[in-house]
Amino acid sequence: MTAVSVDVTTISRATTARSITYREAMREALREALRADPTVFVMGEDVGAYGGTYAVTRGLLAEFGPDRIRDAPLSESAFVGAGIGAALAGMRPIVEIMTVNFSLLAMDQIVNAAAAMRHMSGGQFHVPLVIRMATGAGRQLAAQHSHSLENWYAHVPGLRVVAPATIADARGMLATALADPDPVLIFEHVQLYATEGELAGGSVAVDLDRAAIRRSGTDATVITYGGSLPRALAAADELAKAGIQIEVIDLRSLRPLDTATILASVQRTHRAVIVDEGWKTGSLAGEIAAILVEQAFWELDAPIERVCTAEVPIPYARHLEIAALPKISEIVSAVRRACHG
Amino acid sequence: MNPTRDEALRLLGQMLLIRRFEERAAEDYAAEKIRGFLHLYIGEEAVAVGVLDAIGPEDAVIATYREHGHALARGIPPGEIMAEMYGRSGGCSRGRGGSMHLFSRAHRFYGGHGIVSGLLPIATGLALAERLRGSSVVTVAFFGEGAAAEGEFHECMNLASLWRLPVLFVCENNLYAMGTALSRSHAEPEIHKKAVAHRIESEVVDGMDVLAVVEAARRAVTAIRAQGAPRFLECMTYRFRPHSMFDPELYRERTEVERWKQRCPIEAFTARMREAGVLSAEDIAAADAEAIATVNAARSFAEASPIEPVEHLLDDVYTPRGVA
Repeated sequence: MTAVSVDVTTISRATTARSITYREAMREALREALRADPTVFVMGEDVGAYGGTYAVTRGLLAEFGPDRIRDAPLSESAFVGAGIGAALAGMRPIVEIMTVNFSLLAMDQIVNAAAAMRHMSGGQFHVPLVIRMATGAGRQLAAQHSHSLENWYAHVPGLRVVAPATIADARGMLATALADPDPVLIFEHVQLYATEGELAGGSVAVDLDRAAIRRSGTDATVITYGGSLPRALAAADELAKAGIQIEVIDLRSLRPLDTATILASVQRTHRAVIVDEGWKTGSLAGEIAAILVEQAFWELDAPIERVCTAEVPIPYARHLEIAALPKISEIVSAVRRACHG
Repeated sequence: MNPTRDEALRLLGQMLLIRRFEERAAEDYAAEKIRGFLHLYIGEEAVAVGVLDAIGPEDAVIATYREHGHALARGIPPGEIMAEMYGRSGGCSRGRGGSMHLFSRAHRFYGGHGIVSGLLPIATGLALAERLRGSSVVTVAFFGEGAAAEGEFHECMNLASLWRLPVLFVCENNLYAMGTALSRSHAEPEIHKKAVAHRIESEVVDGMDVLAVVEAARRAVTAIRAQGAPRFLECMTYRFRPHSMFDPELYRERTEVERWKQRCPIEAFTARMREAGVLSAEDIAAADAEAIATVNAARSFAEASPIEPVEHLLDDVYTPRGVA
């Protein structure tokens, strides 16, 4: 993979900066990839005529036509597997699955085929496939459209799993993913699509190997990713008012994990809080906690805290959904416990 | 089809190679040189040999886990296949795949797949790539009738037909999905009708008759190249051996197996070629001797192949940076 290290703060200060939504940033990345490489095509449910369930692909059909902005029937296993086959035969497909919840219908193809192909063929075949999907809750879509299952994929060797949490990453991660010779899953949190921010004009490749420190601090490390990043940063603002400076790490890549960045931060702060919209049992937060216990046990001055989703299928009613999800107040409380015992 | 002597020898040689190779593999399994699952193709040789005779080296092939026959008929060196089953580094998948996951980039052989019907979406995608490129390459997908009970099968028939993809679906209907008889698993036991429901032109062929298979496959491949739409071939066949080496065969009568063995595709073909005066008894004996010699050489190659160093355990999980 061609990876370029990027300083996000520099980008946001660039003179050509303009305001753009996460959704538009993703669309720009897609348009750029489609223009640059004739083997790139987009395939998924309602990516064409409808313009994308979350409007990411709106307008692309008119520019690139139905062969390259390919509406697929509702058959996740078939069109994800077709992406694998096309990638094996030299194309660079970008498959969109409406949400991670629906990806379970294609899990066999992703786990048993895409992830294993290189290894079980003794290195003869690789699968340069990018799969994008929405994840996460917060839109009152209840128990079959709201879950955060990216950790299931992060469990699997052979896959690379990333979660752009910022406008710059939404703009830059796709190019890095397409340059990767192996399957990359991009998880886009539904709450982020409408977020807006400043972005430099040109395309900027994102280093998927490194987590990003989104805010520096000395008192505790908050480790998070994707849709939970804005909550962690809001908690940081609140804690700063009380004189507590937290460091916020955005993992960006869920597999592989940038363990070095996590460990280095905890060695500075000696306290760790992990925020993860997945359920706590068997979560990525659990994996990170285990890494810290294995590799930074003597650096810790307090028990590791985890802020995760309540162990319940996400309910519909607004107040119940809010109650189930990680909250800014919970992050603040967890940091306070870690700092003051 | 009235084959020339060369054509007859080619078809016979490939069927004999598969038969002798697998007989030896079964012995090696009993001797614990081969472990894991071993699914023998014996009895079904005419299908792989006949279909693969109808395509060229530029075409793509993908198959199920019962794929020794397809790999051999495709021309993957027998020694590399045997070495794979021995778990050696000289194996065609470097000992990572075993019997169920034979691969060869050089032969455009996209595997051996162990999830029933899981190869169908991949086949659809291989064909989609060719459609997008505008090439005349055909993708051939081999699967059993058991796969047709999976939802994925219907998803792929629909996709291939809707998008007019250049793929030949070859259903090897051997009447049993492991131990479940066709009549106990399919409300519509005529599998090709399921493809017809997706508007794919389909044909049923006697899978024990290699010449009939060659003819049907040629018709289908020609049509796919000319019309750019998928075709479906249902080959009626039978496996003479158990599902795998663990199968006690409680689900079918010995008499049924014996009845099908009377229709052995190799014996039927040699009898017909002798009657037609295309091949002599000497030709057939020589072909068999050659197959046995090839298998012996394959076995020697496998025996001599080193095992993979454990230090290479984590190789090929990801592509090394700077390679692809």
